Amino acid sequence: MERAETSPLAGLRARGSAIDGGSAAVVLLLTGAAIFLLVGCLQSEKFAQYTVQGLALGSVYGALALALVLVYRATHVINFAQGELAMLTTYIAYQLMQWGLSYWAAFAATLAIAFALGTALQVTLIRPVQHSVIAVVIVTVGLFILIDGIVNWIWGGFPKFMHSSFGFTSFDVGGVPIRHLYVWMMGVVLVSVLLVWALFRFTKLGLGMRAAALRPAAAALVGVRVDSMLAIGWGLAAVLGAVAGLMAEPSQFSLSPEFMQPILVYAFAAAVLGGLESPAGALVGGLAIGVTLTLIVGYVPQIGSELQLPFAFAVLLLILLVRPSGLFGRREVRRV
Amino acid sequence: MRRQIPALASLLVVAAVLCLLPFVVSDYNLSLAAKVGIFFVAVLGLNILTGYTGQISIGHGAFMAIGGYTTAVMSRDHDTNLVVTMLMAFAICFVVGLIVGLPALRFSGVYLALVTFALAVSIPFIPLQYSTFLGGVGGVTSSEEVSNLWIYVAAWSCSAILFVLAWLLLRGRLGRAFRAVRDSEIAAVASGVELPVYKTLAFGISAAYAGVAGSLFVLATNGFAQPSEFDVFLSLELLIGAAIAGLGSLWGVLAGAAFVGLLPQVSSSVPVIGAEHGRDVIFGAAVILVMLLLPDGFAGLVTRLRRRFARA
Repeated sequence: MERAETSPLAGLRARGSAIDGGSAAVVLLLTGAAIFLLVGCLQSEKFAQYTVQGLALGSVYGALALALVLVYRATHVINFAQGELAMLTTYIAYQLMQWGLSYWAAFAATLAIAFALGTALQVTLIRPVQHSVIAVVIVTVGLFILIDGIVNWIWGGFPKFMHSSFGFTSFDVGGVPIRHLYVWMMGVVLVSVLLVWALFRFTKLGLGMRAAALRPAAAALVGVRVDSMLAIGWGLAAVLGAVAGLMAEPSQFSLSPEFMQPILVYAFAAAVLGGLESPAGALVGGLAIGVTLTLIVGYVPQIGSELQLPFAFAVLLLILLVRPSGLFGRREVRRV
Repeated sequence: MRRQIPALASLLVVAAVLCLLPFVVSDYNLSLAAKVGIFFVAVLGLNILTGYTGQISIGHGAFMAIGGYTTAVMSRDHDTNLVVTMLMAFAICFVVGLIVGLPALRFSGVYLALVTFALAVSIPFIPLQYSTFLGGVGGVTSSEEVSNLWIYVAAWSCSAILFVLAWLLLRGRLGRAFRAVRDSEIAAVASGVELPVYKTLAFGISAAYAGVAGSLFVLATNGFAQPSEFDVFLSLELLIGAAIAGLGSLWGVLAGAAFVGLLPQVSSSVPVIGAEHGRDVIFGAAVILVMLLLPDGFAGLVTRLRRRFARA
């Protein structure tokens, strides 16, 4: 903490990586889990398939969790409409493809629309009430309902099918079939996360956004436009959400207005597991939740797919009980 | 004493209107009024948690589900008197509320919102898994069907009893402790308020209120308890009701209950958007608009109006 006071940059870096001496147990735990997965994959073909599927789904949860974390770090509120926003942008991509765009053109256009949408929502609806946490939460809840209503109104509640370019073909890795889709899901999420990270780490805009999130008043004094930074943060979160939605859609086989709701819960669990403040934690949390759920649903028939959500809820409670600050979070110190 | 006269007068006005209502309105409108009464109970309970204790819950629909299923299952299996099932719903939800609240309330408000949201999304899946006992998608039907008048009387009697109970609870030591927690947790601890105890208690009480509302809710839908009736939107509606109610005002809670009880009905007949989806579009837009215009809810509006009149 002392370092953070003398040199803001070093402090920011320490905050970003967040792995310090006290977290040796966490590193050990994660290494252990990785070794367990690796051994399991080498032992059993079924286990390997579950693991890959879990990692792919987990990267989607991680992307949405990262969107939540971006908003939370900047304003200390949770955007409950993040999942529905992702759902809406996925429908926009579907519509663009209906109008004749190719998959990747629609993908790119959707990300741009998502950015504009996120920024506009922050400016018009969130900024007027941002002094009160409860008011912001209620507005995002209102957005949740509004977006759901609008999508049902425009596109109807029946499932839609997008023709993504991933297909049902598989790679063959040492005798284990691995679907192209899963590799794409992980790859696309990884690339977008890296791009966002690079934006925060290497550009002046990113520096301004970090400053605005960390010390709004001080940032404003040195000339950072804090309001614009928060709006851009919402835009970036919406882009990450759109990536999550577009990548989640083929794994759910169809597009329906409620398809992001369970994913939002998994993303909550992932973000809390990661510590709610840590971008790296959100990703690792997402992967952990994805793999754990897929393996448990695969191997423990009593839990089955119906109890998957209640199980995620139980995991969420357990994390909060055992380690409220998450794997990568720091203990919150509050001043009176 | 003189300060309490307007409050008492408004209470009497509300009570008189409620007593007269069954004689003047149609059966359909009476069922709507009963619905407002049901939401009044739930919003009143949630207001103890959000308004007085400052904690956000997005999961009180889950407690309504537990209360509703309690009534339906007891009525189906044992033909229990419906009033007894409501008392059971109150007790069971109080205990479940304590259990859920215990871990969640040890942390800051955002975590509670997350946990309760997850609870609201995941609870409808429980009846699907245990379909032999809880009826699966089809739901559970209670053995008795009751008339709209019965529901109306039951809902508003429960409202009156629980309103008095809340007033008794909140006017003394407990209410002061709750408000201390809301205004500053650190100051509350420093003054000897045990945070986990009072936060958990507030959660349990509000969950119990939601349980009673849930059992009335099931009786109002012909004694049908179905998973789809208790989806996440119900929880969102309750939170919205509590936010619109604002803090500690009878008029506020009435307005919040009327908002969430009536608006979906009214807005489903909007011409342009169509009956099915008009509900969500109008409801969502109205919620955002109300929050932008009245960030302190109707209670804030009442206070402002009162000040204006006092000055004039």
